[in-house]
Amino acid sequence: MLSSSAPRVVNRRRNYAAWPLDFYASAVGKKAVMAVTGIVLLGFVLLHMLGNLKLYQGAEHMNAYGEWLRTVGEPAVPNRGLLWAVRVVLIAAFALHIHAAASLTLMNRRARPVGYQGPRKYTAADYAARTMRWSGVIVGLFVLFHLADLTWGWANPNFVAGHPYENVVESLSRWWVAGIYIVANVLLGMHIYHGAWSLFQSLGWTLGRFKPWRRGFAIAFAALIVAGNVSFPIAVLSGAIS
Amino acid sequence: MSRTMTFTLKVWRQAGPDRPGRFETYRVDGISEHMSFLEMLDVLNERLAAEGKEPIAFSHDCREGICGSCGFMINGVPHGPLPRTTVCQLHMRHFKDGDTIVIEPWRAAAFPVLKDLVVDRSAFDRIIAAGGYISVNAGSAPEANSVRVPKPVADRAFDAATCIGCGACVAACPNGAAQLFTAAKVSHLNLLPQGQPERWSRVVSMVETMEQYFGSCTNTGECEAACPKGISLDFIAKMHRDYIRAKFLDKRQLARPIPGAEEAAV
Amino acid sequence: MTTLAAETFEAVGILDGKVPPGPIEEKWERHQFESKLVAPQNRRRFEIIVVGTGLAGASAAATLGELGYNVKAFCFHDTPRRAHSIAAQGGINAAKNYKNDGDSTLRLFYDTIKGGDFRAREANVYRLAEISVRIIDHCAAQGVPFAREYGGLLDNRSFGGTQVARTFYARGQTGQQLELAAYQALMRQVAMGQVKVFPYTEMLDLVVHEGRAVGIITRNLLTGEIERHSAHAVVLATGGYSNVFFLSTNAKGSNATAIWRAHRRGALFANPCFTQIHPTCIPQSGEYQSKLTLMSESLRNDGRIWVPKQKGDPRPPNEIPEEERDYYLERMYPSFANLVPRDVASRAAKRMVDEGYGVGPLRNGVYLDFSDAIRRLGRATIEARYGNLFEMYERITGENPYEVPMRIYPAPHYTMGGLWVDYNLMSNIPGLFVIGEANFSDHGANRLGASALMQGLADGYFILPATIANDLAPQLGTKPLPTDHPAFERTECEVRERIAKLLSINGSRTVDWFHRELGKILWDYCGMSRNAEGLKKAWRMVADLREEFWHDVKVPGSAEDLNQSLEKALRVADFFELGELMCQDALHREESCGCHFREEYQTPDHEALRRDDLFAYVAAWEFTGVGKPARLWKEPLVFEYVKPTQRSYK
Repeated sequence: MLSSSAPRVVNRRRNYAAWPLDFYASAVGKKAVMAVTGIVLLGFVLLHMLGNLKLYQGAEHMNAYGEWLRTVGEPAVPNRGLLWAVRVVLIAAFALHIHAAASLTLMNRRARPVGYQGPRKYTAADYAARTMRWSGVIVGLFVLFHLADLTWGWANPNFVAGHPYENVVESLSRWWVAGIYIVANVLLGMHIYHGAWSLFQSLGWTLGRFKPWRRGFAIAFAALIVAGNVSFPIAVLSGAIS
Repeated sequence: MSRTMTFTLKVWRQAGPDRPGRFETYRVDGISEHMSFLEMLDVLNERLAAEGKEPIAFSHDCREGICGSCGFMINGVPHGPLPRTTVCQLHMRHFKDGDTIVIEPWRAAAFPVLKDLVVDRSAFDRIIAAGGYISVNAGSAPEANSVRVPKPVADRAFDAATCIGCGACVAACPNGAAQLFTAAKVSHLNLLPQGQPERWSRVVSMVETMEQYFGSCTNTGECEAACPKGISLDFIAKMHRDYIRAKFLDKRQLARPIPGAEEAAV
Repeated sequence: MTTLAAETFEAVGILDGKVPPGPIEEKWERHQFESKLVAPQNRRRFEIIVVGTGLAGASAAATLGELGYNVKAFCFHDTPRRAHSIAAQGGINAAKNYKNDGDSTLRLFYDTIKGGDFRAREANVYRLAEISVRIIDHCAAQGVPFAREYGGLLDNRSFGGTQVARTFYARGQTGQQLELAAYQALMRQVAMGQVKVFPYTEMLDLVVHEGRAVGIITRNLLTGEIERHSAHAVVLATGGYSNVFFLSTNAKGSNATAIWRAHRRGALFANPCFTQIHPTCIPQSGEYQSKLTLMSESLRNDGRIWVPKQKGDPRPPNEIPEEERDYYLERMYPSFANLVPRDVASRAAKRMVDEGYGVGPLRNGVYLDFSDAIRRLGRATIEARYGNLFEMYERITGENPYEVPMRIYPAPHYTMGGLWVDYNLMSNIPGLFVIGEANFSDHGANRLGASALMQGLADGYFILPATIANDLAPQLGTKPLPTDHPAFERTECEVRERIAKLLSINGSRTVDWFHRELGKILWDYCGMSRNAEGLKKAWRMVADLREEFWHDVKVPGSAEDLNQSLEKALRVADFFELGELMCQDALHREESCGCHFREEYQTPDHEALRRDDLFAYVAAWEFTGVGKPARLWKEPLVFEYVKPTQRSYK
């Protein structure tokens, strides 16, 4: 090998016999996993937002939709069977997405132990791209709060199981909760804005003629989600939904 | 004729690897707008040497933007403010008289500072040694025109092959990743028909060697903006795709007839 | 001080180039057949040192590794890929005749001999032309992204000094692509354990024991450590010495130390005054300038060179009407016009500027105008052909060549001279091989465009790996000389003394100052145009400057770490002695040939006047001591296949 100065290995690679682990052991593999789990989560976020639009149709529709989610597939599958199946997929996607992100972050820290001592000017990396970790962590924490608020009811003193419409209105009537929802969804939008573009790079989908549409797709997707989700707290606060 | 300018330079000085470093401030006057950035440092160095002080060490050689020796951060941007330009071809007419300019070496674990602005980039050699070649011994090649390469494929391979290995992509990357450097070489060779027999093993070996020394790609695009040769992010996507496909192929598939150049051209 | 006696130039001996017998087209094949071989299983028992990793060095090291030899490759850069071959722009010649325009091995051979003004060894040049086609095959297989036609086949363009299109190219970065291919082949051998690369390591001396080259002394540029390396053979591939002129198109680090040190140890230095001045470089813009930038000669395919007919015309170029422009190359050389060989184009530009027709703020250039070509072919075509060169020009000068003609002027670029080698590429010191630009090469008194890459790769990929066996085979079973042998001890000691001396002078002037002064002297008196009086003066001035250097140079820093001032000082110290030898050689060669233009010997229309009766030989000089005139050895040039004629490009 080269005789002089050997560069320092900062990431020692572990070898696995099983191909999924072998694939995941590489950073490119982890990024591919983040992209695929990202697609799953994007799908969830989109359907979640679309479902919640039923809030505008009133309590009856919304609560019926909540009930349908629990009973869909009966009797072929038990009550809440499909719901749990989806939940398992989502939890796995979340866990992988977060694990990959965390381990890549550690890898990147090791790759530059001493940072720039002078000012650093970015020319291409936008704010969303540079803050993915922070927007990701905050959105992750928000998801926990959101579950505590509207699924488990811990964060909502007037929570009544099986009445999502009332629970939403109750919760978002508190101005600070509405504020949390708005801020978190804007951050989610930023996260999606970079992620929905980035996934094409991570999976190597250059897709010839579709390439110019990637950025537009990411912007449209992020805008759609933010507009839909932010509309709910605003609607509650302004009294459009009560 | 040309006007002369004065600058305040804040230059990173470090006596050697693992030695503490700090910014030193120098004033240089009488700088012509036609000087290159390195010629300005030459002027400063000659003044320092005349005073018996140690000149600032920086890597440089061809001074025409092709050898890839030079490069450091100028006001927080690799190779300075002019896009698609190495430091040696950056001329002082792009700065304002009286400017303060901060000069700092590339920072990455894989690029330890050797002295002042000089860093060790031998990790790049490791990546090339891992598969950045087509295995062909001198004397064994067929007649050159026996393998046709569609012009668009040759052009695209060239676009990738134009990398000068300066390290600006790593320096620019918020994660200290070497994706653009590696992708440029993987793509150059994996696009060409001549590179097909080793296509899958090449990408796996080069990517996994790269990951031992460098960070991971988060698709920020900073590398592409910093690259003095304007190498495209598309090559990173191509490398990712080739890596993923290589990992999903089993050994017998690796031995299958090679895909045609048409496919490689996509 | 040097005194010039007539006997200085009397030859002390005749050299044998060891050209094999037989018809020229069979010489190489027969020579290979008659050469000794080292069997594959024995090759691992040989150690070979290769110094330099440009096209010649990297290709040689890689190929020797492929054959199974143990190779140590040295470069002063941080990585082998940065050698200056990487900056070659235009292309590489090969007699493929893909264009069906009458090319052949014989024609490439003839063009090269003629281009070199009949001062090269016929057999070597024929071999080069023969091998040229295999280089293209090999490089295409290595993945060099050569320019292609729409049918997917390789494209060619024409170059100065030829009437066929035989130049293969990769945009304006052919050297880069070939160098990277050779570097990649080298790294493959590194990965396989056949080659060990020593980056940041500069050769400072050659170790000779009982007349054989047995190893080298190097300095680790990062730690300052002086190291000894021994081997069965030493290959120098360290490039040319254009930097003796300070301002040249060479990289800042390019230097002559390796070949000069070998010369001081007994290797003969051939034709040192054959230095090529490239016609198309960006003119100097000020005193501070550190190097000159070349604009590929290929630009002359579509650009037209002109100066205003009125001396010192103050108008901007676009305001000078057609009839007031002098397209002087087209006027003087109607059949080759803007594509005359480099030496002819350079001298014509110099004459125009010297006579007061120069253009630009310093009146030190001539125009290279693309407006006709843009009108005829469209901007897009010109952009496709030269886009990167135009961009580079604009970056450097701040002027847009699509709108304003480029300004160009000649600059030192390539040195045909170098260490003398025989047909096997071995110097007169057994075990010391010299390849690429470092040897006195196949280009005679002038190199044609796109021939340097061809020669470097022919030497490295095909010739040396075959011929080196002649020297190695008899050594089978022997070990390289141990590095604790007194021969190594002594040489290392001398290296250490030289370094200590340079650091201890602590004078008043920087290395760059001395280098700049040296360059000025040589450019003025031993540059594009020379005469006896000037050369004698320059010889004296260089010797005086050398003396002053060793008393008044200031080299800051220490020997124990990265010290770029010390590196420069060691290189410049050798440039002085080389400069003196260049003056001696130029003075002795009382004729004009190729790039060597002696004002006393010119035709009525200012063309070079060769004197074949007196100077049809290679002048190889033997070192006799610092400040002492070198001793002349001659290798007569015999032309059996080409009849030397007055070169005419009219």
